[in-house]
Amino acid sequence: MELYEYSAHELSKMLSEKKCSSEELTKSVLDRAAATDEKVGAYLTVCAEEALKKAREVDEKRAKETLHPLAGIPIGIKDNISTKGLLTTCASKMLYNYVPPFDAFVMKKVNAADMVVTGKLNMDEFAMGSSTENSYFKKTHNPHNLDCVPGGSSGGSAAAVAAGSAVISLGSDTGGSIRMPASYCGVVGLKPTYGSVSRYGLVAFASSLDQIGPFGRNVTDTAMLYGVICGHDNMDATSADREYPDFTALLNSDVKGLKIGIPEEYYGDGVDNSVKETVMNAVKELEKQGAQIVNISLPSTGYALNAYYIISSAEASSNLARFDGVKYGYRTENYDSLIDMYEKTRSEGFGDEVKRRIMLGTFVLSSGFFDAYYKKAKLVAIEIVKEFNAAFEKCDVIATPATPATAFKLGENIGDPTKMYAADICTVTVNIAGLPAISVPCGRVNNMPVGLQFIGRKFSEQTLLNAALAVENNYGEAKPVNV
Amino acid sequence: MEYETIVGLEVHAELNTKTKIYCNCKNAFGLEVNTQICPICTGMPGTLPTLNEKVVEYAVKMGHATNCSINNVCKQDRKNYFYPDLPKAYQISQADIPLCENGYVEIMMNGEEKRIGITRIHIEEDAGKMLHNDAFQGSLVDFNRCGVPLIEIVSEPDMRSSAEAKAYLDTLKSILQYIDISDCKMQEGSIRCDVNVSVRPKGSTEFGKRVEMKNVNSFSGAMRAIDYEANRQIEALERGEEIYQETRRWDDQKGMNILLRSKEDAQDYRYFPEPDLTTIYMPLERVEELKNSLPELPNAKIKRYVKELGLSQVDAELIAENLPRCRLFDECIKLGGCTAKNVSNWVLADVSKYMNETGKDIADSNLTAEKLVKIITLIESGKISNNSGKIIFEEIIQNNADIDKVIEEKGLVQISDDSAIEKLVNEVMAANQKSVDDYRGGKTNALGFLVGQCMKASKGQANPAKCKELVLKYLNG
Repeated sequence: MELYEYSAHELSKMLSEKKCSSEELTKSVLDRAAATDEKVGAYLTVCAEEALKKAREVDEKRAKETLHPLAGIPIGIKDNISTKGLLTTCASKMLYNYVPPFDAFVMKKVNAADMVVTGKLNMDEFAMGSSTENSYFKKTHNPHNLDCVPGGSSGGSAAAVAAGSAVISLGSDTGGSIRMPASYCGVVGLKPTYGSVSRYGLVAFASSLDQIGPFGRNVTDTAMLYGVICGHDNMDATSADREYPDFTALLNSDVKGLKIGIPEEYYGDGVDNSVKETVMNAVKELEKQGAQIVNISLPSTGYALNAYYIISSAEASSNLARFDGVKYGYRTENYDSLIDMYEKTRSEGFGDEVKRRIMLGTFVLSSGFFDAYYKKAKLVAIEIVKEFNAAFEKCDVIATPATPATAFKLGENIGDPTKMYAADICTVTVNIAGLPAISVPCGRVNNMPVGLQFIGRKFSEQTLLNAALAVENNYGEAKPVNV
Repeated sequence: MEYETIVGLEVHAELNTKTKIYCNCKNAFGLEVNTQICPICTGMPGTLPTLNEKVVEYAVKMGHATNCSINNVCKQDRKNYFYPDLPKAYQISQADIPLCENGYVEIMMNGEEKRIGITRIHIEEDAGKMLHNDAFQGSLVDFNRCGVPLIEIVSEPDMRSSAEAKAYLDTLKSILQYIDISDCKMQEGSIRCDVNVSVRPKGSTEFGKRVEMKNVNSFSGAMRAIDYEANRQIEALERGEEIYQETRRWDDQKGMNILLRSKEDAQDYRYFPEPDLTTIYMPLERVEELKNSLPELPNAKIKRYVKELGLSQVDAELIAENLPRCRLFDECIKLGGCTAKNVSNWVLADVSKYMNETGKDIADSNLTAEKLVKIITLIESGKISNNSGKIIFEEIIQNNADIDKVIEEKGLVQISDDSAIEKLVNEVMAANQKSVDDYRGGKTNALGFLVGQCMKASKGQANPAKCKELVLKYLNG
């Protein structure tokens, strides 16, 4: 068995017992990336030399002291997370040459844990999309079927972990951008509670919805990485000031007495029947093991997609206004005035989907339309929060499909934005309400992975990880896919 | 037809907090270009703002000082527009819920108080500064000012002349200085204002179309801009033309304004709540505490000076309008021992002259209230002359001299002894017989000359009043 095939928690043990070195492991992962990435296209930037240098340093350090459990383990980073001295393009022409002068909060944590960054991972441009087809640089393919998309927007982060070109990775989730690719690629992805992971250094898409989260091939790896990145940050005003437990140590797959809510709205017409069936079978397995199934209702779910696209686009139109060609990134070559420079830079620098959302967001914030759109959407958000609160009076977690169907074919939805947007139907409510949710593999439909999503109360990540572990125990941990 | 001018002002004041509003960069003026910056205030991708709580406290103080109600729960909003000096392409400001609203200040016009309404005061961040350099093709940007905290003070359209606008601006400035939240240096741009002007036939109760003027950089410039714009509107109306709601740019050098944009071209700032910041909340106890922490404000001071200390309205206003002056004055009065009138004279004459000539604050000089009181007391008791007082004052300023030593070394003790002065007078009269004769022949202005000669002969040490008395006695004797 090659080193890249092991999980992070196995490798952690092997490294601490000196059964392998970080250098050997890093080399194995880099070789795997070299062997697979031409087909998968998960990486935008591979930093092989820096990674091997770091790995050697960690090996030397390990000889002298006890290190963090994830020390020496390779990790891939979504390309919208600022990495000091390393290209951070957001998969956009606009930032094709942008090298941040500082590290994101999560990168400081990752570096402090002595993890080895192997590179930056592909995504939909500025995290807008559900297929990673919106990257300016390349398309990422689903390792389970190269004709299919890996999901998005963190498609590179999910595909790399699925293919074994990363052991674990970081992504970001604004409306499902971790959970959907996790589901499509058959790996575990956690979208943490809003405020539990600092957004400092995450290039903003929609500030009130964005959250960084971990990917792993299993629940334990995911829990370990989440434990590294969560925590208070006084550089982020929306960061929650609280203590976090040792999630990995507290992992427990016993579901006796766990009340699992099943919201009828998430099993409606828009969701593929075999996906519904697969997810319900997984839930019924848990019921057999002592969990209790509770039927619940979240009636405003039908408005969530609209509210989500209004709020996220409004914020995006403002967040992306700074990309104007003045200070960094792309600037058009020929222009004859300031306005001309702005217009050409932004017309040429952004892709179609980004422009579509900037226009949508600009429109909904315009004077005369603000009340009808943005304000209404915020009212929907309040209703959604209320309904979740009421639901969590009756259950501990809510189980739904993570996506309405399995991964679609590349190019299948490209001409139809609203169809593409509909793929987010199971995930957006979670971001609107600021809740944590996890996607865990629970079987296959047409030989493609299906993800079960558990949604929990704020800061109930432990409960979600435990429930996901119970599912994982029934279906087995994911292994790198043959590409 | 007679017209009435209506003026409303939007004043931006930079707050003198140690650090900027959303990052830890130093809030300082005049430092080298692009040195007081960080990824946050230059809006680098992924950075986030965190609010400097001092800014809220300063703004609440201003709200109290202008009789506003305080919204202790409020939010911040984004104002979106593109410009190279605004690196995020939005300014964090406050839209529908300002920190303070519905207040007023009182201004003095021709000895009468007039109330000017304050619509709102909100906090926001300043933008950078565009620089133009001939050696460089294009424009440069200095980001040092990005994120410098500002309050915007919006008045009601309550002013009826440029003079009232000036009085309002002076009042705001002295309040800002009294509560020590802004340096108020016009030349450094720490106070700026936008001016709204409309005119209407006298007696009308409806407002005319309002014109906003930008680029008004001084209080006197504001007066010129208002007078110009009011005249422009009146002349247009007289010609039968219509006034349009528009924004014009004031050019103080040319003394005129030009159209910047019409109402149709008004920018849509697409305000929405700033999602990177949480709700501003100040406990009501803290709001009260800040209210109680306010010092005596200029208007209250002026009233006290006139009523309790017997100063003239003009002198009281002159002292109160300048904080260092008024601090020195108050300290002197507190020490006591001399009359308020004399302290006022010294503060408004010699001390002000020193401050104007050197541009220095009296607090940074060698002069203290104790020393000034001592000088005045010595004069009042007749121990030294007024002139000697001025000499001592100079010696203190220049050399931080000890008052008693100066008096001794320079022989400044005043001669008030009758017999000594009489001897002196007799000698001087004998030496100036012609002037004595002139006086006695009816040329009474010779008196001044003779008294002056006596003072000269005494090397300035004779008590001038005594001198005059004895010269008269000699001449009429």
